[in-house]
Amino acid sequence: MSLPPLPEEAITIGADARTWREAVRLAGAGLEASGAARSAYSEEMIRMIEEHGPYVVIAPGLALAHARPGPDVIKDGLAVVTLSTPVAFGHPHNDPVSVVLGLAILSIEGHLASVAELANVFNDPTAIPAIAAAKDAATIIAIMKREQ
Amino acid sequence: MKIVAICGAGIGSSSILKVNAERVLANLGLEANVTAADISSVRTVAADAQVILTSSEFVEAIGKTFADVIVIENYFDLRELTEKLEKSLG
Repeated sequence: MSLPPLPEEAITIGADARTWREAVRLAGAGLEASGAARSAYSEEMIRMIEEHGPYVVIAPGLALAHARPGPDVIKDGLAVVTLSTPVAFGHPHNDPVSVVLGLAILSIEGHLASVAELANVFNDPTAIPAIAAAKDAATIIAIMKREQ
Repeated sequence: MKIVAICGAGIGSSSILKVNAERVLANLGLEANVTAADISSVRTVAADAQVILTSSEFVEAIGKTFADVIVIENYFDLRELTEKLEKSLG
């Protein structure tokens, strides 16, 4: 099992975002920078939250922004954004969010293995605070690849 | 036994719920078929399900169902999933 690709270009550390929309756009920009998605994918991720609510905030302090596979996805990819000041998504339990993941999936078939690996990373409750506190992209990559 | 994990897209968050629910069920020694689906297909996918796993945002949209609707707050907290699944299935 392996995570979707997470190159350094897809990581933004200590970003300033005033709203959850800005935070999700930063994750989208990371996916665009690494060649995983086109810019329109950001708006797709935002639309999912506007339509269904802040369900993407799946753990305390962590949002998993994503949309369906579609023409805006170029290849599987992951982006990580850490926020200098956490933002509220409006979630009843898990706000405020300090780490936003962006996930782009090319096809539904076969994505479960990479999601299972994502679960392996975050089933460790120290992972979110460690990512939020990381000072550089290499540290975040090591945490996500469970090399620490 | 059939368990359905519901989210907005039917991928991503519901897949994490599926993966972790399968881990918990294996730990509990229970056999179940766990599927991930999006909210628009809940009527068909969950028609014969015993349990629906989801977040609070989707409870209203799921509406009336014979399934036990379990709201999960932390998708990565296997203890929360274990407690809630045990309560529902036990």
